[in-house]
Amino acid sequence: MSNNSLFDVIGPIMVGPSSSHTAGAAKLGRLARQLVHGDIVEVRFTLYDSFARTYRGHGTGKALLGGVMGYDLDSEELKHAETIATFRGLKFSFEEGHKDGIHPNSVDIHLTEDNGKKTSLSGSSIGGGNVVITSINGIETRLQTNLPAIVTHHRDRVGILAEITKFLAEKKLNIAGMNLYRSAVGKDAYMVVEIDQAFDDAISQELRDLIDDIMDVFVIENR
Amino acid sequence: MNFFSGKQLLDLCKEHELEIWQVMLNRELEASGRTEKEIFADIEHSLEVMFHSIDQGLATYDRSLGGLLTGQSKKLYEELGEEKFYLPDRTLKVVAYAMAVMECNARMGVIVAAPTAGSSGILPAVLKDAKETMNLDTQKLIEAFLTAGAVGLIVMQNASVSGAQGGCQAEIGTSTAMSAAALVHLKGGNARQCLDAASFAYKNIMGLVCDPIAGLVELPCAKRNGLGVLNAMLCADLALLDVRSVVPFDEVVDAMNNVGNTMPVAMRETALGGLAATPTAKGIEHELFSNTELNKGR
Repeated sequence: MSNNSLFDVIGPIMVGPSSSHTAGAAKLGRLARQLVHGDIVEVRFTLYDSFARTYRGHGTGKALLGGVMGYDLDSEELKHAETIATFRGLKFSFEEGHKDGIHPNSVDIHLTEDNGKKTSLSGSSIGGGNVVITSINGIETRLQTNLPAIVTHHRDRVGILAEITKFLAEKKLNIAGMNLYRSAVGKDAYMVVEIDQAFDDAISQELRDLIDDIMDVFVIENR
Repeated sequence: MNFFSGKQLLDLCKEHELEIWQVMLNRELEASGRTEKEIFADIEHSLEVMFHSIDQGLATYDRSLGGLLTGQSKKLYEELGEEKFYLPDRTLKVVAYAMAVMECNARMGVIVAAPTAGSSGILPAVLKDAKETMNLDTQKLIEAFLTAGAVGLIVMQNASVSGAQGGCQAEIGTSTAMSAAALVHLKGGNARQCLDAASFAYKNIMGLVCDPIAGLVELPCAKRNGLGVLNAMLCADLALLDVRSVVPFDEVVDAMNNVGNTMPVAMRETALGGLAATPTAKGIEHELFSNTELNKGR
């Protein structure tokens, strides 16, 4: 906690009523959205434990849905997320799930794009608006970040990390942290690279074009 | 310039002949690499959101999401001046401000967590009142914001400010301590007096459990924000009288943290103990959650 900013003490600026059940939920929704390039036509939420029990009183569902539509945790639109989603023709549903040993404020978010592509993210809201991503498309992660980040979806192979980091070095982007998750040797993998500086979204396309075996690149703004 | 305890903060103030807000500003400048202008702009924005949340809360009788708050702050605010209360109108007005923020919060309005959402009413309330009654300019409010932030920072470095970990004393206690210190500064008190006031704030509610009905940030949270206002003003006044805290601030924070750590889990935001475990509260909880869309499997 030694690097806490003044605005971590008095802040965040957020839609109420609860930093863990509302602000954290909005953040998780936004993170899921940022793993998708196209238009989202359907979202299905599975809520666990405390998230499921108190979701209405805390506006957890509205916050999750608002986040998926791209709204910030201090956006007044969160309150009207269901109406806005209906207006936009975005289908949504909430159901309760059960898993042993899961953090009480957890959710699975399943997104479907207009081209039928499906993306899923699981995560937990661990207090004070902070969240941890516990899986991306079924691959287990343990990701907690407050910085902008680049997420690569690639095939696990020798040298691919070196190519990605070399690319970032050439762009003069400093790596603050790196996490690598893979399903198995030589199979699907995700890498999350946290970056100190702000960067242009265009680099995600560049990365994809330049380096073999990268299937997709996403940019997490983390405002 | 950095500090991890009240003692270190006071030593820095003494050594450099600075006030708490100046030490806090220097720390923020160094830690963030941003300019004073940028930091001040962000503080001003936070203050605007805080005051707006009071206005929002006082604007309607709309029910909260959980339905337990029904515009009590507006009612109190509107019935001031009728000479029907024990406490003076001016004091009750500040209580209404704090409860208004909690109502705004519980209606999914925008608030500034200070330090948490459940304790977000106290600091905006005392700052708005100080601004109105003492005719303060923005610079003074920024100083108060930084003073409150310094107190909250020390606590966050040495204890928990979450109700789930430390009980209500950790949430309302900390927001009250931060607010009391800010109030002392606004009346010209020195750094030691600011921390004395913060110490008093914890001492007055040490051991308070976190037991919200149905687990919602509504009741008794709103009233406890109101109580926090009274506690903060009392503590500030005593410190301005130069009453000293026999137990130093750092030891008070440790004591609060130890009480929190030894508090049964049922008393820490689990809705299993305290008020939340009463038959009435359980009945409300059942009514609220037994019939959600979620369980209907929509």
